[in-house]
Amino acid sequence: MTMTALNCGYVPLVDSAPLVVAQELRFTADEGIELNLLPQPSWAALRDLLALGHLDVAHMLSPMPTAMSLGLSGPPAQIDALMVLSANGTVIGVSSMMADAMRAKGWDGGFSDPAATAKPMLSALNRPLRVGVPFPYSMHRLLFEYWIRHAGGASDIQIITTPPPLMAKAVTSGELDVFCVGEPWGSVAVDAGVGELILPGVAIWAQAPEKVLAARRTWIDDNALAVGGLMRAVSRAARWLDQPSNRVLAIEILVRSAHLNLPTSAVEHALTGRFATRLDGPPVHVPDFVRFHDLATNFPWRSQAAWIGAEISQITGIERAHAIEVAQSTMRSDSYRMHLGPMGVDMPGASAKVEGALAHSTAVASTKGQMILGPDAFFDGRTFDFTAAE
Amino acid sequence: MEHSIRPIRRIGNRQPLAAGMGVAQKMKIAVVESDPSRAREIIDALKEDGWDDVVVLGDVIGLARKLGALNPDLVLIDLANPSRDALEQISAASDAQSRPVAMFVDRSDDEMTQAAVTAGLSAYVVGELQPERIRPVLKTAIARFQMMSQMRLELEAAKQALVDRKTVDRAKGMIMRARGIGEEEAYALLRKTAMSQNRKVIDVAQALLTASDLLS
Repeated sequence: MTMTALNCGYVPLVDSAPLVVAQELRFTADEGIELNLLPQPSWAALRDLLALGHLDVAHMLSPMPTAMSLGLSGPPAQIDALMVLSANGTVIGVSSMMADAMRAKGWDGGFSDPAATAKPMLSALNRPLRVGVPFPYSMHRLLFEYWIRHAGGASDIQIITTPPPLMAKAVTSGELDVFCVGEPWGSVAVDAGVGELILPGVAIWAQAPEKVLAARRTWIDDNALAVGGLMRAVSRAARWLDQPSNRVLAIEILVRSAHLNLPTSAVEHALTGRFATRLDGPPVHVPDFVRFHDLATNFPWRSQAAWIGAEISQITGIERAHAIEVAQSTMRSDSYRMHLGPMGVDMPGASAKVEGALAHSTAVASTKGQMILGPDAFFDGRTFDFTAAE
Repeated sequence: MEHSIRPIRRIGNRQPLAAGMGVAQKMKIAVVESDPSRAREIIDALKEDGWDDVVVLGDVIGLARKLGALNPDLVLIDLANPSRDALEQISAASDAQSRPVAMFVDRSDDEMTQAAVTAGLSAYVVGELQPERIRPVLKTAIARFQMMSQMRLELEAAKQALVDRKTVDRAKGMIMRARGIGEEEAYALLRKTAMSQNRKVIDVAQALLTASDLLS
């Protein structure tokens, strides 16, 4: 079989695991694909190289295809999401000084209640909060802003883009009061004794699409065979990752492969969902801290895209209907059905759902009969039905 | 991937680039580079080309804030620098405070260089740490910067013209009603008053509206 080489950009984070595993366990080779995993120094560099055609596919923050397609970020390019690579996986933390101030305002030091945490956080300091996020168009930022808007009303916050490896240092030097980041960088701040974790992202939205597999729309159209092969390989890898018995081996593969360059402890926190929220504190366990496959995680829901579009409209002021329409067009549920349906991957009956409607896992109609979805609830119990007329 | 730090080659008998570029001479350039020796090389290369107002930011913590305080006209950063994402805020096209960010790649045979050059995007100019490479980088970035500034100025001028026209129209309407005269006559009166007082039509119109607001 002749191998098709694909240039795949990624940022060396734990949630690039489906791509690393697909390559290391030779799932890609089974499909005749050689994945050139090219680590990128920044999301901006990855974005530009994908837009310019140097990268064929990329591991990307879920709001990026929408932001790029709207012309808000980088060179103009129509970028689509072929599948969701992971859900959840982020944490929100505060500086130690801020944590003390929050306790004085009645915060109980918990790690699960967004509604009860917002007030002490917003009233802790007598100035606008400075909030670090990895990228202007990241799920980290969208979740944080959604939380603040719906929990504490409009508060004066300052969003400061900070590369995750520098997050702990920025907290130490007093540049940031709050940080929103993916593991291992939250734990790094805790272990360095400079901050405390106050919430996992999953507490704000129980199924937030975190990273997607992205490509240029024209490239997707022109390379259906490679697209199908890659999606099947990544889908297998994601499924493999979500089998609990494989997690220990997964940690081993991620640490030993040259792709991440992260220590065992860093990968372990994220993949087991167990970590300390403060220095020498007891480890807490967050179920579903990061998910790669189960509960239709990989399905590119048009309704998730619509939520992203609505939130991007909120933070940029661009027209809401337009943002939602463009966002929905970037989530390629059509392509997902076409390529993974024949492989036997179970599919939901519809490509959009009412986001936030499932407080618990629920059986819904699927192509094979029934499948389990959710939970996908928002912390404030709101629902988003983007199919309904405005 | 290895970084290649090359000595900067001196090129003799060459006019400094900045000298011929008018506004460029006064440009303040911020270089984001944590390696002091590389920063030194960049400063030297820039000085050789006539750019003296160069600030190096070595510690990238609080980068956006520091750049905001420095208010440089141009930011120079290595393409491979992870802090590039922190510049996203200041290089956003829609931001009135935006400034050009020029990039260079300090690596030999890097595919990124080729991709960026092939794309030919002005926002993505590349070169190595050599004067002859830095020159086109800055030249393109400055051109882009000036184009953007020009566009912003034109946009503001167009907006102002629209506002002015509305003001003049309102003043005209007021004169037409007060004196029972036609539009052309009202405008002629406005213009005559402006000329005799050595003021602009828009100023007279504005004064009329202000006075009328006070009296009503």
